[in-house]
Amino acid sequence: MIMKHRDYYLTIADTLLILGQRLSEWCGHGPAIEEDIALSNVALDYIGQATALYKEVSEKAGEGKSEDDYAFLRDAWEFKNLLLVELPKGDYGYTIARQFLFSTWYYHFLEALHNSKDEFLKGFAAKSIKEVKYHFQHSRDWMLRLGAGTEESNSRMQAALNEIWEFTGEMFINSKAELEAIADGTGVDNAKLLDVWQRIVGAVIQEAELTLPSDAWMQKGGKEGKHSEHIGFVLAEMQFLQRAYPGSKW
Amino acid sequence: MVNADDIWKFLEEVEDPEIPILNVVEMGIVRDVQWREVHNNWVVTITPTYSGCPAMKTIEEDVMQCLADHGLNEAKVETILSPPWTTDWMTAEACEKLRQTGIAPPEKNSADKGLLMGVRKEIKCPRCHSKQTTMVSQFGSTACKSLYKCNDCLEPFDYFKCI
Ligand SMILES: [Zn+2]
Repeated sequence: MIMKHRDYYLTIADTLLILGQRLSEWCGHGPAIEEDIALSNVALDYIGQATALYKEVSEKAGEGKSEDDYAFLRDAWEFKNLLLVELPKGDYGYTIARQFLFSTWYYHFLEALHNSKDEFLKGFAAKSIKEVKYHFQHSRDWMLRLGAGTEESNSRMQAALNEIWEFTGEMFINSKAELEAIADGTGVDNAKLLDVWQRIVGAVIQEAELTLPSDAWMQKGGKEGKHSEHIGFVLAEMQFLQRAYPGSKW
Repeated sequence: MVNADDIWKFLEEVEDPEIPILNVVEMGIVRDVQWREVHNNWVVTITPTYSGCPAMKTIEEDVMQCLADHGLNEAKVETILSPPWTTDWMTAEACEKLRQTGIAPPEKNSADKGLLMGVRKEIKCPRCHSKQTTMVSQFGSTACKSLYKCNDCLEPFDYFKCI
């Protein structure tokens, strides 16, 4: 059995899994207990969403792989996540900036995915968007609080934005798998999400007394399996147990 | 021979692991109880509150255990994602129980877009009913709750946010 949009499902799932893994690094290290809990909850939502997609691929693709196999037994070049999500977590401001830039895109992506011809993805979008609305609000609140906070917090937020900016472009280009999914009404055309994203991001950055980074050359490749060196470190930690003790369960 | 109504009744014995004052039926987690010829057995359909809800596995096991306790050892439990769980499915009794425990129940109308623009609903303090409350954290003791404090009686409280 061949699943036509296997790679499209994996593109979404991998981004969610890797970001969930990065966020979970804050568990026990948050700047305040509330934030520790908040980011762990957001991480759980992403990992839960990714699991639902892997499970669907596991059942439909007929590759004889379990949902866990997709997460724990694939190598870097098989992952199709955005480069943005594999970057190290940085300081709290950096994590917040990434969350804000990502969840603004992701919210609108899910809104569009709700019109998908694929029944599973339609249901997935309806479920996930309810959660992502809260992720977005959380990151937006902190953008404003840190941006319009002290001189120190403002300069760190600005530095984070400047550093992350070149990784935002990849959200709005379509990979081969995405183009194929768009062609038959399954997938979302990411290019169409740029306008609304720019509008919201621009407004919040302004309200947060920050400066929109100038357009730069944009990084890409993650969705085609071409990653930065950071993915190796994420996978090394995430996959350690299954690699060292294959098939172990608890 | 048991019927579906009996099984719905049995399932009221299954507590929500994170909010044990509520059972999985009044939470709206149990979506369906059906006899399926293909399985020649009962199938209980459940749905997660949040994708990341860590209690889902426990709920599934507790439902199986409850069914087994009533002699339905072969019954099956199925998980679905669609239609997505909403706080609108929580019963009025469930909301009243929450209030009595000191948890502000979800405001109705989960389809609220103002959230995206930073507009927040007025949340009443479950103790003194004051509307002078402030959100301390978007995520409280569990993913489904936010942490608030009352500016009148000064007590902190959980708000069961609507999704
Ligand atoms: Zn009060």
